[in-house]
Amino acid sequence: MSSWFALLIFPGFLYAVPMGWLMLWLERKILARLQSRIGPPFYQPFFDFVKLMSKEPIPRAKGEDVFYLLTPLLALGATLGSMTLLPILASSSSAVGDLVLFIALIEISPIGLVLLGFFSRSIFGQVGAIREATLTIATNLPFITALIALGYASGSLRLSEIALNAPSVVRAFALLALLFCLPIKLRLNPFSVANAEQEIYQGALTELDGWRLGLWELVHAVEWVALSGLIVTLALPWRSGVAFLDALIFALLSLALVVILTVVAGATARLKLLQASRLYWRWGFGLALLALVVSLFPFGG
Amino acid sequence: MDAKISLFIRLVQSARGRSPWLFHLNCGGCNGCDIEFLACLTPRYDVEQLGIRLEGSPRHADILCVSGPVTRNTQAALQTIYAQMPAPKVVVAIGSCPASGNVFADSPSVAGPLEKFIPIDVYVPGCPPRPDAILEGIAAAVQRLKARPVKGKGDESHV
Repeated sequence: MSSWFALLIFPGFLYAVPMGWLMLWLERKILARLQSRIGPPFYQPFFDFVKLMSKEPIPRAKGEDVFYLLTPLLALGATLGSMTLLPILASSSSAVGDLVLFIALIEISPIGLVLLGFFSRSIFGQVGAIREATLTIATNLPFITALIALGYASGSLRLSEIALNAPSVVRAFALLALLFCLPIKLRLNPFSVANAEQEIYQGALTELDGWRLGLWELVHAVEWVALSGLIVTLALPWRSGVAFLDALIFALLSLALVVILTVVAGATARLKLLQASRLYWRWGFGLALLALVVSLFPFGG
Repeated sequence: MDAKISLFIRLVQSARGRSPWLFHLNCGGCNGCDIEFLACLTPRYDVEQLGIRLEGSPRHADILCVSGPVTRNTQAALQTIYAQMPAPKVVVAIGSCPASGNVFADSPSVAGPLEKFIPIDVYVPGCPPRPDAILEGIAAAVQRLKARPVKGKGDESHV
């Protein structure tokens, strides 16, 4: 399977974008049903995107527009790139150390949001950027520790080998820690501190209009697919070998993960920045550390 | 070639009609209309099934919902916020205040009515109007939004 196919078709652009829209819709729909509303129709994120791209935003200086165009495109490319590293199919060949590359690529979009918040020169954008940066550090501590534990326990930094060989005890603890990091990376309740709509008008995105906002909505959709995809590929210790079946299982499990995350988000209220980061430094990191300690012992392997 | 262009225009118009995002601005009203407006977002009326979303930033919005007679204090903010919204945009005047000043008319602190400052597309009369009436007004505003030219020239595309 060539890497161009992976980047552009599966699990890249042609899969990730419609799937991301489906996930954004599922999130809004489940939230609506939990509040006994009917909720938006399934094509909602697609039409939101088309509308945003077709608006005529207020003209800005050319230099600013270069920034507004390049940051989301870079984040989109990086997130799609991280998707290609996921060992979804049995035939997915992964390079040495693609775990490290995955961590690097998935972090481009938070960094882009932080830059964007400061660049927008809006007080809400700056507060959003500070919150995003604080939470990125707080969440990456357990996130990376859990991935190190998985890598150490399976004796490899290849995602495909980790997915197939990681011992089950370590895998259970590490996946719990990774799952714990997901709401903050997707900016969901109760950790939607950086994009709080009511307090800071969606933080870094406050000053964006038209296509500038539309591109970031697209990045967010693809982020959903990539991060839920990471959990699903690492949770499944086997591949059927039939490409279509593996892809289908991957897609369905990703959607199931969206349901879990949305139910948690719908049932909780937003925490404060201090509470959220303390939760990750203490409990998230504690869980990941447990996975790391277990991976050092032979019964973990 | 023409068929392709008209298909594109139809897609864009359809998208505009299916995803109108609102920005809500109180220009010195008594808060009565705002309570009725927020009732539209509750599960009973559930505007999200029409793709409507209440946005915190005017830059994200398509429809500006104004309530209140425009007071001297809010007049500058109103004009800034209208200018920040990307075209195509429409304005809904909620309640009697933005239309006529209502009971606040001729007050020295009132600079309105609203039409002195920005062009209005839809009036929703009432003091306050019921949520059903506000929804009807927003539905009319969506039709105006769809009718805007797809390749307009900024604010002048206003009809």
